[in-house]
Amino acid sequence: MIEYALGFGFTAISLALLLNLWRLVAGPTVADRVLAGDTMVTNVIALIILFGIQQSSTMYFEAALLFAMFGFVGTVAYCRFVLRGDVIE
Amino acid sequence: MSIYYEALVSLLIVAGSVFVLVGSWGLIKLPDLLRRLHAPTKATTAGVGGTLVGSMVYFFALKGGPSMHELLITLFLFLTAPITAHFIAKAYLHFHVDPAAALPPTSGEHGWSTFDALPEQRNARPSEPTDGR
Repeated sequence: MIEYALGFGFTAISLALLLNLWRLVAGPTVADRVLAGDTMVTNVIALIILFGIQQSSTMYFEAALLFAMFGFVGTVAYCRFVLRGDVIE
Repeated sequence: MSIYYEALVSLLIVAGSVFVLVGSWGLIKLPDLLRRLHAPTKATTAGVGGTLVGSMVYFFALKGGPSMHELLITLFLFLTAPITAHFIAKAYLHFHVDPAAALPPTSGEHGWSTFDALPEQRNARPSEPTDGR
Protein backbone atom coordinates (compact mmCIF):
# COMPACT_ATOMS: atom_id res chain seq x y z
CA MET A 1 0.00 0.00 0.00
CA ILE A 2 2.84 2.33 0.85
CA GLU A 3 4.43 1.72 -2.56
CA TYR A 4 1.35 3.05 -4.36
CA ALA A 5 1.17 6.05 -2.05
CA LEU A 6 4.86 6.72 -2.70
CA GLY A 7 4.29 6.48 -6.45
CA PHE A 8 1.45 8.97 -6.19
CA GLY A 9 3.57 11.23 -4.01
CA PHE A 10 6.55 11.18 -6.39
CA THR A 11 4.27 11.95 -9.33
CA ALA A 12 2.47 14.80 -7.54
CA ILE A 13 5.65 16.42 -6.25
CA SER A 14 7.39 16.12 -9.62
CA LEU A 15 4.40 17.80 -11.24
CA ALA A 16 4.56 20.50 -8.57
CA LEU A 17 8.25 21.04 -9.33
CA LEU A 18 7.44 21.45 -13.02
CA LEU A 19 4.78 24.04 -12.16
CA ASN A 20 7.36 25.86 -9.99
CA LEU A 21 9.83 25.75 -12.86
CA TRP A 22 7.20 27.35 -15.07
CA ARG A 23 6.79 30.19 -12.57
CA LEU A 24 10.57 30.46 -12.22
CA VAL A 25 10.98 30.93 -15.98
CA ALA A 26 7.82 32.95 -16.68
CA GLY A 27 7.41 34.95 -13.47
CA PRO A 28 7.20 38.61 -14.37
CA THR A 29 9.05 40.08 -11.38
CA VAL A 30 12.25 39.15 -9.57
CA ALA A 31 10.27 38.47 -6.38
CA ASP A 32 8.19 35.90 -8.30
CA ARG A 33 11.34 34.04 -9.27
CA VAL A 34 12.68 34.11 -5.72
CA LEU A 35 9.35 32.80 -4.44
CA ALA A 36 9.37 30.04 -7.07
CA GLY A 37 12.90 29.03 -6.05
CA ASP A 38 11.92 28.96 -2.38
CA THR A 39 8.91 26.79 -3.18
CA MET A 40 11.12 24.46 -5.21
CA VAL A 41 13.37 23.99 -2.17
CA THR A 42 10.33 23.16 -0.02
CA ASN A 43 9.07 20.64 -2.59
CA VAL A 44 12.50 19.04 -2.91
CA ILE A 45 12.55 18.57 0.88
CA ALA A 46 9.24 16.68 0.62
CA LEU A 47 10.67 14.64 -2.28
CA ILE A 48 13.79 13.71 -0.27
CA ILE A 49 11.65 12.63 2.69
CA LEU A 50 9.55 10.40 0.44
CA PHE A 51 12.75 8.94 -1.01
CA GLY A 52 13.96 8.22 2.52
CA ILE A 53 10.72 6.34 3.23
CA GLN A 54 11.12 4.36 0.01
CA GLN A 55 14.71 3.40 0.87
CA SER A 56 13.81 2.78 4.56
CA SER A 57 16.84 4.83 5.51
CA THR A 58 17.04 7.67 8.03
CA MET A 59 20.18 8.97 6.34
CA TYR A 60 18.21 11.30 4.07
CA PHE A 61 16.97 13.52 6.89
CA GLU A 62 20.33 15.22 7.06
CA ALA A 63 20.08 15.99 3.35
CA ALA A 64 16.58 17.40 3.86
CA LEU A 65 17.76 19.50 6.79
CA LEU A 66 20.67 20.85 4.75
CA PHE A 67 18.27 21.73 1.93
CA ALA A 68 16.03 23.56 4.40
CA MET A 69 18.95 25.56 5.83
CA PHE A 70 20.57 26.48 2.52
CA GLY A 71 17.22 27.24 0.91
CA PHE A 72 16.47 29.70 3.69
CA VAL A 73 19.90 31.31 3.52
CA GLY A 74 19.72 31.52 -0.27
CA THR A 75 16.28 33.12 -0.32
CA VAL A 76 17.18 35.71 2.31
CA ALA A 77 20.49 36.49 0.59
CA TYR A 78 18.77 36.93 -2.78
CA CYS A 79 16.11 39.22 -1.31
CA ARG A 80 18.73 41.30 0.48
CA PHE A 81 20.71 41.55 -2.74
CA VAL A 82 17.64 42.73 -4.62
CA LEU A 83 16.77 45.24 -1.90
CA ARG A 84 20.21 46.61 -1.09
CA GLY A 85 22.48 45.68 -3.97
CA ASP A 86 24.69 43.87 -1.46
CA VAL A 87 24.34 40.79 0.73
CA ILE A 88 26.46 41.75 3.73
CA GLU A 89 26.82 45.46 4.34
CA MET B 1 4.44 -3.64 9.82
CA SER B 2 0.75 -3.90 10.55
CA ILE B 3 -1.90 -2.89 8.05
CA TYR B 4 -3.01 0.02 10.23
CA TYR B 5 0.42 1.61 10.22
CA GLU B 6 0.65 1.13 6.45
CA ALA B 7 -2.76 2.74 5.91
CA LEU B 8 -1.86 5.66 8.16
CA VAL B 9 1.50 6.25 6.46
CA SER B 10 -0.08 6.01 2.99
CA LEU B 11 -2.83 8.45 3.95
CA LEU B 12 -0.32 10.96 5.30
CA ILE B 13 1.91 10.67 2.22
CA VAL B 14 -1.02 11.14 -0.17
CA ALA B 15 -2.42 14.07 1.81
CA GLY B 16 0.97 15.78 2.00
CA SER B 17 1.64 15.29 -1.71
CA VAL B 18 -1.77 16.69 -2.60
CA PHE B 19 -1.05 19.78 -0.49
CA VAL B 20 2.34 20.22 -2.18
CA LEU B 21 0.68 20.00 -5.60
CA VAL B 22 -2.08 22.42 -4.61
CA GLY B 23 0.49 24.92 -3.33
CA SER B 24 2.41 24.88 -6.59
CA TRP B 25 -0.81 25.03 -8.63
CA GLY B 26 -1.76 28.14 -6.67
CA LEU B 27 1.65 29.61 -7.43
CA ILE B 28 0.74 29.36 -11.13
CA LYS B 29 -2.92 30.31 -10.86
CA LEU B 30 -3.02 33.36 -8.57
CA PRO B 31 -2.77 36.74 -10.29
CA ASP B 32 -0.04 38.75 -8.53
CA LEU B 33 2.83 38.17 -6.13
CA LEU B 34 1.22 39.23 -2.86
CA ARG B 35 -1.56 36.72 -3.56
CA ARG B 36 0.89 34.14 -4.85
CA LEU B 37 2.75 34.27 -1.54
CA HIS B 38 -0.27 32.65 0.08
CA ALA B 39 -0.25 29.42 -1.92
CA PRO B 40 3.19 27.89 -1.16
CA THR B 41 2.62 28.29 2.59
CA LYS B 42 0.20 25.36 2.23
CA ALA B 43 3.00 23.33 0.68
CA THR B 44 5.37 24.30 3.51
CA THR B 45 3.09 23.58 6.46
CA ALA B 46 0.54 20.95 5.42
CA GLY B 47 2.50 19.38 2.55
CA VAL B 48 5.94 18.90 4.05
CA GLY B 49 4.37 18.53 7.50
CA GLY B 50 2.17 15.67 6.26
CA THR B 51 5.06 13.81 4.66
CA LEU B 52 7.21 14.37 7.76
CA VAL B 53 4.54 12.99 10.10
CA GLY B 54 4.13 10.05 7.69
CA SER B 55 7.87 9.49 7.86
CA MET B 56 7.80 9.65 11.68
CA VAL B 57 5.02 7.04 11.83
CA TYR B 58 6.82 4.85 9.27
CA PHE B 59 10.15 4.79 11.09
CA PHE B 60 8.39 4.40 14.44
CA ALA B 61 6.66 1.28 13.09
CA LEU B 62 9.83 0.04 11.39
CA LYS B 63 12.38 0.53 14.16
CA GLY B 64 10.15 0.54 17.24
CA GLY B 65 11.49 3.78 18.64
CA PRO B 66 10.52 7.40 18.06
CA SER B 67 12.63 9.36 15.58
CA MET B 68 13.25 13.02 16.22
CA HIS B 69 14.96 14.15 13.01
CA GLU B 70 11.66 15.08 11.42
CA LEU B 71 10.79 17.41 14.26
CA LEU B 72 14.01 19.31 13.59
CA ILE B 73 13.09 19.80 9.92
CA THR B 74 9.53 20.81 10.85
CA LEU B 75 10.77 23.27 13.45
CA PHE B 76 13.27 24.79 11.04
CA LEU B 77 10.72 25.15 8.23
CA PHE B 78 8.14 26.69 10.55
CA LEU B 79 10.69 29.12 11.93
CA THR B 80 12.04 30.25 8.56
CA ALA B 81 8.86 30.37 6.44
CA PRO B 82 7.60 33.72 7.87
CA ILE B 83 11.05 35.29 7.47
CA THR B 84 11.38 34.36 3.79
CA ALA B 85 7.79 35.47 3.11
CA HIS B 86 8.52 38.79 4.82
CA PHE B 87 11.66 39.36 2.76
CA ILE B 88 9.99 38.46 -0.55
CA ALA B 89 7.02 40.73 0.19
CA LYS B 90 9.40 43.52 1.18
CA ALA B 91 11.40 43.20 -2.04
CA TYR B 92 8.15 43.26 -4.05
CA LEU B 93 6.79 46.31 -2.17
CA HIS B 94 9.97 48.30 -2.68
CA PHE B 95 10.16 47.63 -6.39
CA HIS B 96 6.58 47.48 -7.65
CA VAL B 97 4.33 49.36 -5.22
CA ASP B 98 4.20 53.14 -4.97
CA PRO B 99 3.54 53.82 -1.26
CA ALA B 100 1.92 57.18 -1.88
CA ALA B 101 -0.56 55.87 -4.46
CA ALA B 102 -1.25 52.24 -3.58
CA LEU B 103 -1.12 52.14 0.23
CA PRO B 104 -3.61 53.83 2.56
CA PRO B 105 -2.19 56.45 4.93
CA THR B 106 -1.31 55.40 8.45
CA SER B 107 -3.01 57.07 11.40
CA GLY B 108 0.20 58.18 13.09
CA GLU B 109 3.09 60.47 12.40
CA HIS B 110 5.18 57.84 10.65
CA GLY B 111 4.51 56.18 7.32
CA TRP B 112 4.56 52.49 6.49
CA SER B 113 7.42 51.01 8.44
CA THR B 114 9.03 49.19 5.52
CA PHE B 115 9.33 52.45 3.60
CA ASP B 116 10.51 54.53 6.54
CA ALA B 117 14.13 53.59 5.95
CA LEU B 118 14.25 55.17 2.50
CA PRO B 119 16.28 58.38 2.88
CA GLU B 120 14.51 60.40 0.19
CA GLN B 121 11.12 59.72 1.78
CA ARG B 122 12.36 60.54 5.26
CA ASN B 123 13.65 63.86 4.00
CA ALA B 124 10.48 64.62 2.08
CA ARG B 125 8.17 63.96 5.03
CA PRO B 126 7.63 66.91 7.42
CA SER B 127 8.82 66.34 10.97
CA GLU B 128 5.51 67.49 12.47
CA PRO B 129 2.22 65.89 11.40
CA THR B 130 0.18 68.15 9.18
CA ASP B 131 -3.17 69.46 10.40
CA GLY B 132 -4.98 67.46 7.77
CA ARG B 133 -4.54 64.23 9.72
